[in-house]
Amino acid sequence: MTSPSTGTLSPPEAERNDKPLSRRGDRVFAGLARAAGITIMVALAAVFVFLFAEGRSGLSAAEATYRPASDFLRYIGPLVVSTILAACIALLVAVPFAVAIALFISHYAPRSIATPVAYVIDLLAAVPSVVFGLWGGRYLAQFLQPAHVWLSEHLGFLPFFGSPPSPNGRSLFTAGIVLAIMILPIVTAISREVFAQTPRLHEEAALALGATRWEMIRYAVFPYARSGMVSGVMLGLGRALGETMAVAMVLATSPAVTLNIIGTAAPATIASNIALNYKEATPSRQSLLIATGLVLFAVTFLINFVARWVVGRNERKQARA
Amino acid sequence: MTITSIRRPIRAAAALALSLSLGLAVTACGAGNESDAGDNGDAVTLDGGGSTAQAKAQGAWRAAYQDDSGNTVNYEEVGSGTGRENFNSGAYVFAGSDSYLNDDEGELSAAKERCNGEDPIEVPAYVSPIAVAFNLPGIDSLNMSAETIADIFNGTITTWDDKAIAAENDGVDLPSTDIAVIHRSDDSGTTGNFTDYLYQASNGAWATESDGVWPEDLTNGQGLEGTSGVIGGVTDTEGAIGYADESAVGDLGVVSIKVGDTYQAPEPAAAAKALAASTRVEGRPDVDMAIDVERTLTDAGTYPLLLTSYLIACQHYDDAATADAVKSYLAYVVSTEGQQSAADEAGSAPLDSKLQQEAAGIVDKIAAS
Repeated sequence: MTSPSTGTLSPPEAERNDKPLSRRGDRVFAGLARAAGITIMVALAAVFVFLFAEGRSGLSAAEATYRPASDFLRYIGPLVVSTILAACIALLVAVPFAVAIALFISHYAPRSIATPVAYVIDLLAAVPSVVFGLWGGRYLAQFLQPAHVWLSEHLGFLPFFGSPPSPNGRSLFTAGIVLAIMILPIVTAISREVFAQTPRLHEEAALALGATRWEMIRYAVFPYARSGMVSGVMLGLGRALGETMAVAMVLATSPAVTLNIIGTAAPATIASNIALNYKEATPSRQSLLIATGLVLFAVTFLINFVARWVVGRNERKQARA
Repeated sequence: MTITSIRRPIRAAAALALSLSLGLAVTACGAGNESDAGDNGDAVTLDGGGSTAQAKAQGAWRAAYQDDSGNTVNYEEVGSGTGRENFNSGAYVFAGSDSYLNDDEGELSAAKERCNGEDPIEVPAYVSPIAVAFNLPGIDSLNMSAETIADIFNGTITTWDDKAIAAENDGVDLPSTDIAVIHRSDDSGTTGNFTDYLYQASNGAWATESDGVWPEDLTNGQGLEGTSGVIGGVTDTEGAIGYADESAVGDLGVVSIKVGDTYQAPEPAAAAKALAASTRVEGRPDVDMAIDVERTLTDAGTYPLLLTSYLIACQHYDDAATADAVKSYLAYVVSTEGQQSAADEAGSAPLDSKLQQEAAGIVDKIAAS
């Protein structure tokens, strides 16, 4: 069970070809592949350098630049909280859905249904985010408004569901749901692919030992697919953290930091705040906004890093057991 | 099995790449044809941009001007801040800005430097009343003083049947609906002018100075994106109130604001009159028509809650053809026909005749250096 769990990310050592490259085609292909890998690293480094060079002065500018707040931490703090809250809602809603859909497609549905369902889910990824923004802000928000009232009445004791509820549903909650729909296709597609890669022998062995279908999925499919699923979730998370247009169009903002996800307004997310304010910004405000982009860069890195570390640790533990 | 499963994605990728490159080739051809067609001898392309408030009017001006002159004018809706920055860096030959140049961050000096040490030209090109719009079924119009508006937007007044609103609206049956305050979430000239009006005219009810960003301490409202975001939010929410360019409010109810002893509805002519009655910013050269709108006007028939958007250009350009084109374009914009076509297209207020003549006189001085 140890080698397959890492299998989807890096091929097992035994399969790597350590023989010296001989044919020209091999050399060309290896060169192209290496160039592609290096290019993306260079692009990432270039983005970082740009953010750092342009945003550095935004970290310690005159106090007036940070209005409505007074210093960088107070300016960025509420934005970070909102960004993470919205992404968490999106993941909480989307991941169970996506895994269920992926399992349905790969293990439950007959082929005649699975294929069209997979197509439709993939199609969802082609809807532009402005359209999600328009739909989310003008329609879904209205539709979900009664849910805000219900949550506030029945779960009002939690800090996330304070009162008064939003009068038109333009809340972090709605924004999170829109994000969930947006990341659903990517998480589904990747989970579906890794589920389908589970070796048939593992599955049949589990069934032969008397496992029900659910037990087979739990003990044969999930452990095998875990690393791939995490990759899918991380990609979804990246999109949720960085989504700009849809959040800008759905979420009603107000600068005060809050955990209340169904309230009248919440701070913008980092990405949507950049989109909202960059156009009219003076040069020093532009540096500040780029500096917030740098923070988002760092936050995304950190979350990815921690998630990988947690998953890696679990796998190492399993390997030892 | 493994071979086909590897090949399939490659083939799909190849097909995708092919269709993409075909698409690119087609668009490239299109672009090539376009530039060929426009490139007839001495036609000039003017690159400008900035204020999104002006965008609709710029569309009308460009269409008429391009037909007439054969020159091409590009106007990028990048926002006033980016517009000023691109003008100062030399990327634009003219810029549209919702606020006049100032030296808080050295933008005025930078503009002067860009124009080879000469004072940049600033002329008002687009004047539009800002309407306070609300959504109450069956009510089309309400009267409010600046103080009442400030108290609504800062959360002191929370229901529509509040005494302060009722006192100014005899005979209107006000519902007890909660007020939902909606403001812009983006940094905008509309917010800057609205808060400037509240700060100056509300006798202290509005505590924070004018700014394009909504004040942080006011957490009673909802920030929505752009003019259409605010109007959409007000339309979707019964009991909501917001502010936006007058031409955008559609069927929503609008507030008549108290000016002197009367109440004035947001009409373009009244806004133009208010601008004409306002004072100039002190210490500006003749070519700079920066105006501080007087929000506390009491003359009947003026509407001091308005947005002024400027065109910024240089007095002299190195290239004679560019200078001629900028001159003729700006001359059209500030001409009575240009102002009227913006009014028809974008619902703006044509400049008052005195301001219009002064602006035309300034633009007339643009020349090659």
